[in-house]
Amino acid sequence: MSKERIKISPDLYDIMPSDYQDLVQSATYGKEDRGWKDIGTSKELIEQHSLCAGCPESMAFRYILASLPNPEDTVMVGSTGCTSLVFPMVAVHNIHSLFGNQNAIASGLKRALSVRFPDRVKDVVVLAGDGATVDIGLDMTLQAWFRQEKFTTICFDNELYANTGGQESGLMQKGFVAKMAPVGKLFDKVRLPEIARESGCHYVVNCTVSKPSLVEKVIRNSVLIAREIGPTYIQLYTPCILEIGKNSMEGLQEMRDSEKPTERFAYKEYVSEPAKQFLAELAAKDKERKAAAKQLAGKA
Amino acid sequence: MTQYRVLPGPEHFLPPAAASMGIYLPNPGEAHINGVIVPEEKAYEEAARQFLMAQVPTIFPGPLVLWAWNEKAAKKAAAVRSLYETLKECVQPGQKPMLIPMPDYRPKYPKINPEVEINPNHPNLTIWHNKIDCCMFIGVHCHQANLSLKIIRGGTSCYTVAMCAQAGHEDAMLSFRDASVEKILKLGEWIRKLKGTVKPRLASAKTSASN
Ligand SMILES: Cc1ncc(C[n+]2csc(CCOP(=O)(O)OP(=O)(O)O)c2C)c(N)n1
Ligand code: SF4
Ligand SMILES: [Mg+2]
Repeated sequence: MSKERIKISPDLYDIMPSDYQDLVQSATYGKEDRGWKDIGTSKELIEQHSLCAGCPESMAFRYILASLPNPEDTVMVGSTGCTSLVFPMVAVHNIHSLFGNQNAIASGLKRALSVRFPDRVKDVVVLAGDGATVDIGLDMTLQAWFRQEKFTTICFDNELYANTGGQESGLMQKGFVAKMAPVGKLFDKVRLPEIARESGCHYVVNCTVSKPSLVEKVIRNSVLIAREIGPTYIQLYTPCILEIGKNSMEGLQEMRDSEKPTERFAYKEYVSEPAKQFLAELAAKDKERKAAAKQLAGKA
Repeated sequence: MTQYRVLPGPEHFLPPAAASMGIYLPNPGEAHINGVIVPEEKAYEEAARQFLMAQVPTIFPGPLVLWAWNEKAAKKAAAVRSLYETLKECVQPGQKPMLIPMPDYRPKYPKINPEVEINPNHPNLTIWHNKIDCCMFIGVHCHQANLSLKIIRGGTSCYTVAMCAQAGHEDAMLSFRDASVEKILKLGEWIRKLKGTVKPRLASAKTSASN
């Protein structure tokens, strides 16, 4: 893990746009304790986006990118939707898949990467909207979990098809009326976290992106567990402020309101037994590392 | 049926892939000019002539040489730089050689900065902005190069050269194949050799920039 992987040819360095020079000089690639606190102080792995102003997806994107344990060796797989507007600005390898196919593409990709790079850790992370994950791509989502494919699936749940103007999605709440779903949803929000657990996911979290430290911990765990044990699923509430009639500044409050204990995005977590053991080992190693660092600092 | 030729445009909005019009690729030791297979030596001479004739001869290095992903890539980058320096030495007053990178292929929205980069999804912006009338692609993956070369042929009058590391590009007006450090430097030698013998298009500046 290091910036060695992204060196600019010295003879052409001066002609590279400054964005790329900054990226190889001060991005957090290779930094062991990288996290959301690096946002704004070192070169971000996403600086611009073309989402609506204040869209919580943009916060979610930043926290996720800042939390990937291994960004230079990570390939993200996206799908059509508002998320796909951001991927061209992301300094992590990414593939845009046909709408709904993301988990099938990621399955093949993960397997191919482990054959092609047997000695290198390569993480695959799917990031798609609720329409792509739960409706049109449900088959691919579930089959990847049944097969125990070792990658993380992140769903940006904004409870509708935002990019096409507000159609009903499986993750929409019952009774909700959207611009292009005037009748109101007739059935309940699909319980995908529970389905994920029953389908073999080893780590499942349902939450909002109001707390960056929490998102950081969840993303890190999910990627590391997927790498070592099996599929993981993270469902993040990223409200479409445009569709629910909120202003740019109101996304955060909307998330806070929706994560109260009785609300649909109250923090929910499932960890399988092997994953629990893995996390415990990880925590012990982390403690050891920190103690050693402290000792070293004391000696110095 | 008239034989299709890969010529400077503007051809039209969606020019055909030259391969679909019967243009095929050169064998090792050969190149093509306008879709006609020629000995490689002839292509060096013609590419050097086109560069020396142009008002704004430009090299577009792509990711395969901009990024030092292996030692060979860095060496090719050094050769590209040397070619650019040679070009600067050999042109006449009024000609303006440029070296503009294509760092990656992502569709950059809402826009790119055409002064400092070229993007394969809308290469015409950089060509129009800098009034480039002859360019060379090097280190651009095949599929992106073909896409980009077609867009250039469709919407501009720029002459395109491909210094391709694989089997060549039908969609360029002139294409080498099996590009290596030696071949890049050899093109520089040809430019030196023809220095002062080619009349630049300066007088017709208006038409060359009419892309
Ligand atoms: C195969 C296919 N079917 C349908 C579409 C049209 N389409 C584009 S975006 C979209 C909805 C995206 O909804 P979601 O996945 O929830 O993402 P969001 O935009 O809400 O973030 C649809 C149906 C498409 N692009 N491709
Ligand atoms: S339409 Fe909604 S989800 Fe899409 S960018 Fe705008 S606010 Fe975000
Ligand atoms: Mg959605």
